[in-house]
Amino acid sequence: MSETDSAQVKRAPAPPAAPRRPAPAGPLAGRWRWVAIALLLAAACYAPFQLVPFHVFQLTMVLVYAVALLGLNLLVGHAGQISLGHGAFFAVGAYTTAILLDHWDGMPYPVTLPLAAGVAFLLGLAFGVPAMRLRGLYLALVTLAMAIFLAPLLKRFEELTGGSMGLTLAKPAPPAWSGLAPDQWLYFLTLVVAVAAFLLAHSLLRSRVGRALHALRDNEIAAEVMGVRLSSYKTLAFAWSAMFAGAAGCVYTWVIGFVSPDSFTVNLSITMLAGLVVGGLGTLFGPLLGALFVMFVPSISQDINDAAPGVIFGLLIIAVMYVAPTGLAGLAERLIKKIPRKE
Amino acid sequence: MRVSAIGCTALLLLAVAACGGRDSGGGTTGTAASGQCQGQQTTGITDTSIKLGGIYPLSGPASAYGDIPKGIKAYFDYVNAEKGGIKGRKVEFVVRDDGYQPPKAVEEARRLVEQEQVFALFQTLGTPSTTATWDYTNQQKVPQVFVATGASQWGTDTAHPWTIGWQPNYISEARVYAQYLKTEKPEAKVAVLYQNDDFGKDLLGGFTQAIEGTQIKVVAEQSYEVSDPSVDPQMRNLAESKADVLLNITTPKFGSQALAADAKNTSWNPLHIVNNVAASITVLKPVGFENVQGVVSSSYYKDPNDPTWANDPEMMLYRQKMQQYAPGADPNIPYHTFGWAVASSFHKAMEAATCMTREGLRDAVRNLKGVKVDMLLPGVTLDTSQSDGFPIESMQLMQFKGERWELFGEVIDTRKEFGPLTG
Repeated sequence: MSETDSAQVKRAPAPPAAPRRPAPAGPLAGRWRWVAIALLLAAACYAPFQLVPFHVFQLTMVLVYAVALLGLNLLVGHAGQISLGHGAFFAVGAYTTAILLDHWDGMPYPVTLPLAAGVAFLLGLAFGVPAMRLRGLYLALVTLAMAIFLAPLLKRFEELTGGSMGLTLAKPAPPAWSGLAPDQWLYFLTLVVAVAAFLLAHSLLRSRVGRALHALRDNEIAAEVMGVRLSSYKTLAFAWSAMFAGAAGCVYTWVIGFVSPDSFTVNLSITMLAGLVVGGLGTLFGPLLGALFVMFVPSISQDINDAAPGVIFGLLIIAVMYVAPTGLAGLAERLIKKIPRKE
Repeated sequence: MRVSAIGCTALLLLAVAACGGRDSGGGTTGTAASGQCQGQQTTGITDTSIKLGGIYPLSGPASAYGDIPKGIKAYFDYVNAEKGGIKGRKVEFVVRDDGYQPPKAVEEARRLVEQEQVFALFQTLGTPSTTATWDYTNQQKVPQVFVATGASQWGTDTAHPWTIGWQPNYISEARVYAQYLKTEKPEAKVAVLYQNDDFGKDLLGGFTQAIEGTQIKVVAEQSYEVSDPSVDPQMRNLAESKADVLLNITTPKFGSQALAADAKNTSWNPLHIVNNVAASITVLKPVGFENVQGVVSSSYYKDPNDPTWANDPEMMLYRQKMQQYAPGADPNIPYHTFGWAVASSFHKAMEAATCMTREGLRDAVRNLKGVKVDMLLPGVTLDTSQSDGFPIESMQLMQFKGERWELFGEVIDTRKEFGPLTG
């Protein structure tokens, strides 16, 4: 038992953790990690009062993507499954919210969040069934098909989805007592959802579920021998990841106020996966770093070269992967480790 | 330990919340307007400069449209260098890429308005991107002029006075074909092939409305999805109707397929009308020029490939200035010509504005009276009013002969024939 354990730890792509410690602890362990998170959170609360609305909007979108990537990280980084269709669940959440707000006047928007997450969860559960039988490239193809199939489907039911014209919705207005500008209010709504999602994912991974998922990722046979029910955990991993994507999609609709099938192309799913890998698979800060990458690098690459932003974007991904094969989060951990510490 | 961290955060949160909202300082970079224009917005405009922002798909599936801003830039560079700018103001044109994705368009619109502090959004491209941004621009009271999409909502909508289109909308185009059939084939039986989205439905809806009360009948309708591999089955169904006119409402790829299917079927030879979107030479060439003789379509600006305009002063100027200010860009690509035409339309609108302010531009583009733009076909003018938000509503028919389109007949002004378009 202990032999398998240490063998698994060596094989894990995540930064090697100290034995007997659950969750990738790394150098940012214990008290300091909580201080870092508290500081980050404080900065996140302070930022909207210092920045112009445009930057507040950008940060809001970073948080939206971070929630979606949190789900993808659960599936790809922690359970070792692959998904090229994460954007489809994101779209399901966004459309569920949009349809609810569009068809029922006076629907309070906070209500749409659990509903959107719930619908995405159920769909994820349904799509988790093929995941039990397929692996590797075959699973990737099935999820890719899902992403391709969604946009034409959304165009069909025009009564409900608004067809290819999409749906335009009013954005949540800040309540008078808060004294906040609309962009700040949206930012704080998103921040609350992001923090809740972060805590949920964290506690999920610290529980036996997290250990089961890691076992599943590292060696399926060994996991089964240890009593992990592969089929139910694989299906559940899909459903949870879809649930986070659905919640992110819901917040996306609040923030943008417009959904159309063209917003959720295959490209979105692929960009998300690329962003997560760049950010750092299976790490705590990976989704946040990945979201920053997805949000800012395309516009930075356009500033570098107007003619071919796509080429620069691709080159930047290659460069990051070359310098930091374990993602940006892995790079940060490696750098911190290099600093000699008194112990 | 964890409790203290949470406590610290909560304290910080409270402290931050106590600071309250933020000053709504919309930082103006322009000079204050005076006289009758007093109190109007002058962000992004000074006595010597105007800053404009445009959002186009430079990357992604629709990146072919990325050529439009090249034509616009060439025009503004030429005006800046040789004409002293627009009313003495040098134009700076900032182009951003949205990859044809609405959320990206929203981000870029905010970047241009809040960070770049542009005077106006001069063109957003595509119906989805424009729909996603027009609530924002109208809340911020930023002009969003001459958007590059033919949907009819830019003109019929009354809740967004800061947004206006430019090119003929699809309903107007449909009216042009209806008018043509009324005179040429007053008892036509029409078969329609259309793309199942806002574009196809706008055009088809406009056509059925325009033929109401005439002898012209739509006898068969077939739709296709953009994701369909081919329109051959639809074409077979349409052939069974034995209609004598085929109205081909498609985007380029499917336009080619429909033209080819029509050419192959020798037992059914209807008059083939193909819409402007799919009427470029690149669509017709793969079908074979001998197979598309006599096909009818319509246009509103000068085609750089048409020898009729070889000695046209505006076309010669365009070719010369493109070479000078946009070397490497092929002037024969109609998207460049489109950019040139829309930029010179903006020039004319700014010259007509009484106030060099955002409000002034908003009112000027809705008060165009018979404005001639040299790159548009002779007889096509810009006309708008407070209740008419469609600058171009006239088109001229053309027929394919030999290896090129040949214009024929008079310019059809759909306003005159059908009355103004309202929501």
